[in-house]
Amino acid sequence: MNRRYFFVAFAVVALLLAGVVSLFASGSPDGLERVAEDQGIANTAQDHALADGPMADYGVAAVDNGLLSGGLAGVVGVLVVLALTTGVAYLVRRRRVDSGGS
Amino acid sequence: MHVPDGFLDATTSVATAGVAAAGVAVALRGARRELDERTAPMAGLVAAFVFAAQMLNFPVGAGTSGHLLGGTLAAVLVGPWTGVLCVSVVLIVQALLFADGGITALGTNITLMSLVAVAAGWLVFRGLQQVLPKTTASVAPAAAVGAFVSVPVTAAAFTALYAVGGAAPIPLDGLLTAMLSWHALIGLGEAAITGLTVASIVAVRPDLVYGARRALESRRLEIRTTELEEA
Repeated sequence: MNRRYFFVAFAVVALLLAGVVSLFASGSPDGLERVAEDQGIANTAQDHALADGPMADYGVAAVDNGLLSGGLAGVVGVLVVLALTTGVAYLVRRRRVDSGGS
Repeated sequence: MHVPDGFLDATTSVATAGVAAAGVAVALRGARRELDERTAPMAGLVAAFVFAAQMLNFPVGAGTSGHLLGGTLAAVLVGPWTGVLCVSVVLIVQALLFADGGITALGTNITLMSLVAVAAGWLVFRGLQQVLPKTTASVAPAAAVGAFVSVPVTAAAFTALYAVGGAAPIPLDGLLTAMLSWHALIGLGEAAITGLTVASIVAVRPDLVYGARRALESRRLEIRTTELEEA
């Protein structure tokens, strides 16, 4: 597969997972939350300092429709993570000049 | 497995923040050896994929769910140091943008899900590579086993941190048993997602998979030997 096609396909898969498939994810407490409840430490958790943020808890606050709000938050998250990590990777990568060819 | 604010006391949270900062600093240096012009875009895509996959909570029974940690997946695809960077970016974005994982617990979460999970998964993966045949076919199974192990190891590491600085005085053996049993189940999901994802990418572009480099190098050596014999 052409490298560019592969990268585009990889990005599309991530966007579909976060934007669409995530709407069907389990809403049950995760392993740590379950253990925290069972072991009696859940009540020590404090409210998140940014709990009122515009995309807190994977929903866009400005969008009323639950599915749209969740899907949009997933898509925004994928794009932000993609941009930040790609930026970091290009900053730390080996330059062609000092890698001695190949 | 995102730890919220309040589970661990301030001293422990400051200490894990120091560990996380040091770990990420070392990873920034280490990632330089793993990334070049050709593979740098993979890092961004792998981080994006881990973020997306972490949204997909799968049921593991009794009203409980789990999601991918992604440390082993990232390490096998882009290298362990770059893998640390990928998962760290995911955790930072989750805490700051989505209020998932506490702000004061960010160092704890990076220490656990980025440093510990990547180290555990990568070491198991590399250990298996020593004994398995050097073929691209063995990359995905080795990644799956590493992924499986990384989840209970990370759960045990959380318990260890809780033993040092937990907010509530609870019996630690009960906490450890509960963490290990639930996260062994979640580890099966981690193994399945990691194995399938690595296998799919190895099938189309093995040259872009960091963990497949050794297999590809030995393949190249074999071809060279044959050419010499023919000449």
